[in-house]
Amino acid sequence: MPHRIEVGSRVADTRALVRKKRFPKMKDVFLLDVYTIDKDLSAANLEKAGDALANPVTQYFSVDKPCKTPVFDWALEIGFLPGVTDNVGHTAKEIVQDLLKVKFHEQEAVYTSQVTLIKGKFTREEVRTIGESLANPLIQRIYVKSAEEYKRDGGMGIIVPRVKLAHEPSVDEVNLDLSDDELAKIGKAGIANKDGTRRGPLALDLDSMKVIKNHFDKEGRKPTDIELESLAQTWSEHCKHTIFAASMDEIKDGIYKYYIKRATNEIRAKKGKKDFCVSVFKDNSGGIEFDDKWIVTDKVETHNSPSALDPFGGAITGIVGVNRDSIGFGMGAKPVANRYGFCFADPNDEDPIYKGANNTQKMLSPRRIMNGVIDGVNSGGNCSGIPTPQGFMYFDKRYKGKPLVFVGTVGLIPKKVCGAPSWEKEAQPSDKIVVIGGRVGLDGIHGATFSSEAMDSGSPSTAVQIGDPITQKKLSDAVVKEARDMGLYNSITDNGAGGLSCSVAEMAKECGGCYVNLDEVPLKYPGLDPWQIWISESQERMTLAVPPKKLKQFIDLMDRRGVETTVIGDFNASGKCEVIYKGKKIMNIDLGFLHDGLPEKSLTTVYTKVKHAEPEEQDTRHKTQTADLTKVLHDMMARQNTGSFDFVSHQFDHVVQGETIVGPLHGKGRVNGRASVIAPVLTSEKGVVLSQGLNPKYSDIDTYHMSSCAIDTAIRNAVSVGGDIDKLAILDNFCWCSSDDRERLGQLKEAARACYDYATTYGTPFVSGKDSMFNDFKGYDSCGNKVLISVPPTLLISSFGVIDDYSKCVTLDAKFAGDLVYIIGDTADETGGSEYFDYLGFIGNKIPHVDAKKALKIYRVMRDAMKKDLIASCESVWLGGLGVSFARVAVAGQMGLDIDLKTSLSPDSALFSESQTRFVVTINPKNKSSFENMFKGLPIHLAGQVRKDDKFSIKMNGKNIVKSDVKTLDKFYRLPFKNY
Amino acid sequence: MISFTDYHLKTINHMKPKVIVLTGYGINSEEETKFVFEKSGADAEIVHINDLVDGTKKLSNYQIMAFPGGFAHGDDTGSGNAYANKMRNNIWEQVQKFLTQDKLVIGVCNGCQIIANLGLVPGFDGKYGERLIALRHNASARYECRWVNIKTDSKKCVWTRDIDTIRCPVSHGEGNFYMEKDVLKKLNRDDQVVFRYVDDNGKPAKGKFPVNPNGAVEDIAAVCDPTGRVLAIMPHPERNWNFYNEDDWGLLKEKALREGGKLPKEGQGMKMFRNGVEYFMK
Repeated sequence: MPHRIEVGSRVADTRALVRKKRFPKMKDVFLLDVYTIDKDLSAANLEKAGDALANPVTQYFSVDKPCKTPVFDWALEIGFLPGVTDNVGHTAKEIVQDLLKVKFHEQEAVYTSQVTLIKGKFTREEVRTIGESLANPLIQRIYVKSAEEYKRDGGMGIIVPRVKLAHEPSVDEVNLDLSDDELAKIGKAGIANKDGTRRGPLALDLDSMKVIKNHFDKEGRKPTDIELESLAQTWSEHCKHTIFAASMDEIKDGIYKYYIKRATNEIRAKKGKKDFCVSVFKDNSGGIEFDDKWIVTDKVETHNSPSALDPFGGAITGIVGVNRDSIGFGMGAKPVANRYGFCFADPNDEDPIYKGANNTQKMLSPRRIMNGVIDGVNSGGNCSGIPTPQGFMYFDKRYKGKPLVFVGTVGLIPKKVCGAPSWEKEAQPSDKIVVIGGRVGLDGIHGATFSSEAMDSGSPSTAVQIGDPITQKKLSDAVVKEARDMGLYNSITDNGAGGLSCSVAEMAKECGGCYVNLDEVPLKYPGLDPWQIWISESQERMTLAVPPKKLKQFIDLMDRRGVETTVIGDFNASGKCEVIYKGKKIMNIDLGFLHDGLPEKSLTTVYTKVKHAEPEEQDTRHKTQTADLTKVLHDMMARQNTGSFDFVSHQFDHVVQGETIVGPLHGKGRVNGRASVIAPVLTSEKGVVLSQGLNPKYSDIDTYHMSSCAIDTAIRNAVSVGGDIDKLAILDNFCWCSSDDRERLGQLKEAARACYDYATTYGTPFVSGKDSMFNDFKGYDSCGNKVLISVPPTLLISSFGVIDDYSKCVTLDAKFAGDLVYIIGDTADETGGSEYFDYLGFIGNKIPHVDAKKALKIYRVMRDAMKKDLIASCESVWLGGLGVSFARVAVAGQMGLDIDLKTSLSPDSALFSESQTRFVVTINPKNKSSFENMFKGLPIHLAGQVRKDDKFSIKMNGKNIVKSDVKTLDKFYRLPFKNY
Repeated sequence: MISFTDYHLKTINHMKPKVIVLTGYGINSEEETKFVFEKSGADAEIVHINDLVDGTKKLSNYQIMAFPGGFAHGDDTGSGNAYANKMRNNIWEQVQKFLTQDKLVIGVCNGCQIIANLGLVPGFDGKYGERLIALRHNASARYECRWVNIKTDSKKCVWTRDIDTIRCPVSHGEGNFYMEKDVLKKLNRDDQVVFRYVDDNGKPAKGKFPVNPNGAVEDIAAVCDPTGRVLAIMPHPERNWNFYNEDDWGLLKEKALREGGKLPKEGQGMKMFRNGVEYFMK
């Protein structure tokens, strides 16, 4: 019989106070934390369990009867739906087990829920609406009772969200002897169940389906469902990057090989002995040399579709998942830093959109998505003990259908592990296939194929997973802090997209085959079909190849660290991927076909450039030219893309591991910086710089220049804090839309071409990348009209590189009155796609062009000047141009500036043009000549001075155009997210 | 630029204390905690709680017990609660014995939450094990990672000798010290409040956010047991071990360059760990 322990607070509960503040109509709020124990325990033991779960200083509890509560009108209980990861429930179970020295059996568990007792005048519907704003119906249940009902029933009652899968697991053969239409339907909507419903997208096009059909025809049999699902996972856009690999117009090798990989190869060859790359493109992360003993790694992922449906779950799974790309690098790199990038729609946009017709399947609002994603990365990063110093938020209404959630992890690994190169690994025939970490459930089925499709009413809800950072932390510590250096395994990889089907088959390539017994895979609950076990994306799992003679030692270590370990089969050299279930062979596919059978795609593209209206053509701009530029600057500071997001920086732990050198917030004014520096080896004076760059609005004009600006921005940002351009590596994340549209592909091709051109000129190799090609939403607006919302073609460039001496790093805050202010780089009339034009309501055409050869010279001199301590502060000029940058420097230092611009541009262009390769720096006047000498022949412009007081003024050619003060600028800078 | 050897040389003739740095189940600051103790001249060893539970390791072999920061058990059921339960259920006798000897204990952040739940503080009248202090959710009900100043006037605490203020970060969701009035009174009376949050000029925060980052009663940032040997501290001195960790080092460096001042090599947090180690070397 299940039992219910309710815990109440005897002192003011801050969580309740915050909830009350959020719903002002509530007169009072009281919270109960509920533990539903689905196990038979004696009354005395339950009493003991309550003692262990509640804090006697602040809480009290009751067992199997309602807790003492203040008077209330409504009770609202929110708990998880069956099968959803319940981390607190899991810990509570461990507490009870350890306390009572009892064992919970397979189906026994502890579930948590929370009751909000509300005092105030509400209807039942209103209470439900409150519940819906607190819970996500995809993963949680809401249960409402009035005070009378509560009294009548003697409390909320007991609900046990145990998973009940009524059906008997089975393996089906799939008939592919069908018409093209029917084949295509299987590819798009999935294998048909007996009741006619479909199992969810395989994301296989007709060509692929036909290749599969022919393959099995030749074998003289039908594929089983697990075989078909497995092929779909392995061949998915998510895993194989089919668009980047496909032949595109005249580029037969595909744009990945021709533009991205070729750039890296050429850069490495040219650098010769100075090549710092260690492992590029082939592993879970890219690795570069830190010093003669260490390697640093980096990887950036996206988790867009899951975050649209369950922002918290999607984001936490994203960050914890990309941590495994570090743990899965080589023999296992320790995660030392996280990075994030969020592209959202305006959180103030409350106009709903729907996946289904007739106002059905309402999507979460931009605000819910934003809050949930931030919470998810907060929880995932903080709980894992990995600092998250580097990130940004970017807003555009076209991220309303699907947000972009970029998450990355930097890792650290010794060059040698047990005397061998740490970045190389190879499963050996006869190694055991060992899975460690979490158990397998229905969560995340079709994640890989789902993300290869646009989101529409057919998108599966089981694509939602919730991460469990502590389960992963246990396995991470056990692997990278113990097992790795004991030499207990030959190879390791992450279980991410595609689950076991991808990780095992991927490692099988290293030795030539695998044999898996699915009966051995530990499940969260019984009743899963074998194909589901094979492709489930349940989190926090790694797959390892353990030599038989090390197996006992490995299992023993994992046991002692509380990490569940299971041997699920053997690696071999059979050339096949074989899977057994209940004694029957249910999968038997040639590895060659599995990995390389995918038909080559050939794509053709077009790119039609659009000419946009210019503000000059109307009188808008004329007005702003004569208008109050002080007001315009204030408005520009208060935009979501330029304003402070320090509320995010303050809730993401950026100091853990004791390695922070340049954190996310600069100066007394705590302005969000453009780049971060960490020192991951505590005994070394070397640092690692991390930065990012993206400019999606430029895609409306020209994706070639959008791409070159993203690269320049990432590099410039790194340089601004002390990064060394000759030691920088970069990563690409293409988040495209409608990638079956030739125009979109044309835009993609141009963006990739710029990647080659600029990376090779800068000498910054790509070491890792990831793409997400269908960031589209197909649904309905609130009037029932069909809408397609596609993200603007977005390229995120992330940089990381080694800094020789972190004591030479520079922050962006003005530091001393009397310091000289310089602009480094030239400003042209490049306002097209700018933040300023967006503010005016225009796109324009004059997009920034990057002169990489000149930029390279500037970046090298910047590095040298910083090494000589000549630069007191440095700001990389980005969105909002010089105007916003001057203000940021002033706010960060809490000191005023006197600026006088000498220019022939119009005042608004001079202030807000987004020309690339520019910095605003301040220097000690004593260093004037040595500073100017260093930059001889390069464009630098003395623009003014730092003031003693907080007055802030900008003149143009001697004429006043802006007059403000630091306090006012500070106020506008913090306006967009003031209430967060 | 940073010398790690000076101190080691100085201490070579004395008895190096052995530090047990606990880990497991989501504790995550064990490496930097070990590092600062070693930098202070101690021998430090990271030990998984399960190795104490199964007897592989014994507390009696160590002089300092350090509970590092982290997220033991994900803060589920209240921060520090599950880990404290595990110690109480399995190795309480060893812990009690450790406390009766002339040894030191420090709990930082999650470690502070663990030892509060374990009742190592306040430990009135030597009655360790009684829970009288709770670390509630921050008043903002949000995780707060920010730099603070903490000031001490404790005469009793071993860890804070010759320290006035330290600038270091807090990084926690539940750091809001709470206790009943009589407990608070006793703590104050017996010099068991070790650190309080102050502003940049050393003035009391008086509960004002963000100088007091979590709403702790009377701006309390750290408390100790009646002997002054057991310290429970929410902020992270070990995360300011290096001068270049400090949030405003850029300004301080620029100032030193212009005024010809010398830059410190170490961060302000180191002194505390040196105090702990020196306790055994006099």
